[in-house]
Amino acid sequence: MECKHDNLLQIEDLSIQYKTGEGIVRAVNGVSFSLCKGQTMGLVGETGAGKTTTALGILRLIPDPPGKIVGGKIYFNGENLLQKPDGMMRLIRGSQISMIFQDPMTSLNPVMTVGEQIAEVIEIHEALGKKESLEKAKKMLEMVGIPGSRHSDYPHQFSGGMKQRVVIAMALACDPQLLIADEPTTALDVTIQAQVLDMMNQLKKELNTSMILITHDLGVVAEVCDTVAIMYAGEIVEYGSIQEIFENPKHPYTIGLFQSLPSLDVDTDRLKPISGMMPDPTNLPTGCAFHPRCSQRCEKCTSMAPPMVNLSEDHQVRCFLCEDVSEQ
Amino acid sequence: MYKYIIKRLALLLPVLIGVSFIVFTIMYFTPGDPAQIILGENATEEALANLREEMGLNDSFFVQYSRFIINAVQGDFGRSYQSNRVVFDEIFSRFPATLQLAGIGVLLSVLIGIPVGVISATKQYSFFDNTTMVFALIGVSMPNFWQGLMLIMLFSVWLGILPSGGYGDWTYFILPAITLGTSSAGSIARMTRSSMLEVIRQDYIRTARAKGVLEKNVVYKHALKNALIPIITVVGLQFGYLLGGAVLTETVFSWPGIGRLLVDSIKQKDTPMVQGLVVFIAVTFSIVNLCIDILYSYVDPRIKSQYK
Repeated sequence: MECKHDNLLQIEDLSIQYKTGEGIVRAVNGVSFSLCKGQTMGLVGETGAGKTTTALGILRLIPDPPGKIVGGKIYFNGENLLQKPDGMMRLIRGSQISMIFQDPMTSLNPVMTVGEQIAEVIEIHEALGKKESLEKAKKMLEMVGIPGSRHSDYPHQFSGGMKQRVVIAMALACDPQLLIADEPTTALDVTIQAQVLDMMNQLKKELNTSMILITHDLGVVAEVCDTVAIMYAGEIVEYGSIQEIFENPKHPYTIGLFQSLPSLDVDTDRLKPISGMMPDPTNLPTGCAFHPRCSQRCEKCTSMAPPMVNLSEDHQVRCFLCEDVSEQ
Repeated sequence: MYKYIIKRLALLLPVLIGVSFIVFTIMYFTPGDPAQIILGENATEEALANLREEMGLNDSFFVQYSRFIINAVQGDFGRSYQSNRVVFDEIFSRFPATLQLAGIGVLLSVLIGIPVGVISATKQYSFFDNTTMVFALIGVSMPNFWQGLMLIMLFSVWLGILPSGGYGDWTYFILPAITLGTSSAGSIARMTRSSMLEVIRQDYIRTARAKGVLEKNVVYKHALKNALIPIITVVGLQFGYLLGGAVLTETVFSWPGIGRLLVDSIKQKDTPMVQGLVVFIAVTFSIVNLCIDILYSYVDPRIKSQYK
């Protein structure tokens, strides 16, 4: 997909594996996508599809051992992050790329005040002293709707929604160009989810941050994202603009995801789940990884891995799109 | 917080009553005649009978125990049968030697144990980790008295560079402190390692790395402080135990502390001394524990809010 302005992030053929006792877990296999400046991309898939691993890969935070980035390129502002020395990479984390983790209950350090934790990232990346950093941390707290005077409180003194606000304040403290939000609302209850999403959306616009939003909630994607990539078993199976994917989904997996959502417009008695389970990542099926669960498969799906097909300028799908469905 | 401390100190009372009852009962039923010990081998039967009557040794168990408790509450544990000194005077004259040795031993074990545990955890399964954990296991498993004897053999008998026992300048501290330090260091190192390993996998450590925090600060600022609670517990237990007199080590090195005093008093059936010592050791142990609990609240703010 072409960007109107500049391309901020471009990932080519990224592969990440974990070595475990049971064998090699192929968590991410040949993932490619790009993100334009100021845009938001949704990364959607089931638990275990490799979404978080992809995100950690961008930050080079894959725990090694057991994990390793085994191939690919990650261009950020035109520079390959995988070739940066560790020290340079550390300076990018938290300042140019920052991440919001899934569970706000566990992602804050319980023995440091929230003010200290926000001030720490400012102190590392901006030429500010302790005092000025804390002042800025208080401003960040106010920006996310928490009184600055609470900077000396500890995480356990906040509710879940407020903790996630603190995490967001921390992630945005140094005006990152790219924000990776890994299921930022999954651990929160529904009323708080909407608040947090609204706030993230608003802050993103104010600060002109690009964002990768990892989620399995297609409703959230529709609300926030410009483009969306559907992940399955470590691969992107469908990728395109939000209009294309939502109005004209092509991959049987994407179609299955939409069919398993309740709709207000259509009166359905039963939702249609996608039958079967995600394949074991240590032992992926031959051919298309989705073929054992696919209702549209044909013979070649079992033996050949389908290539990424360009359907239009802003719609790609990794599927043979079989005309003659031989089985099922 | 103060309320909590007062509550904890009040709880000391039932503990002390229980401890005193147990030690009194044991001493009451152990064989041996205090009158004989005080008057010596050549005392006449009449003198012995008079002294027994005078000391109330012919009274029933409960009369004797109540008398002991009434006196003890007033701080009077009697006089040593051996030296005829007031029990607590004797204990307090011996305690500094024990305190010094315990302090140095614990300091040594903390200075070795914590850094070794931290490095082992951050480099899990490395050569350093494997080697130090084997040594830690040896340190924990080696009996103190045996290690003490080996050290004496090596440094005092063969090399002749350090005194084999007794109390004096700093050279007298080296061998007993090493003996006490190695076993404590072993358990502290192992506890630090396992506690760090648990903490280092937590989400907030990943958050710290995602913020661009230096790895050194990730380990020492973010992880270690969270890993401290179990480490403090072990250090506190070791210190409390050593303050009660490291009985074996003090005996091997003829250290004039309360551990050796306890052994000597038991051997001589010096009942008031034993009772005084056991109660004293129980009190120090409880106070060390209380200090550790208070320390928790400084390390972990979540615990502070529970102390009410």
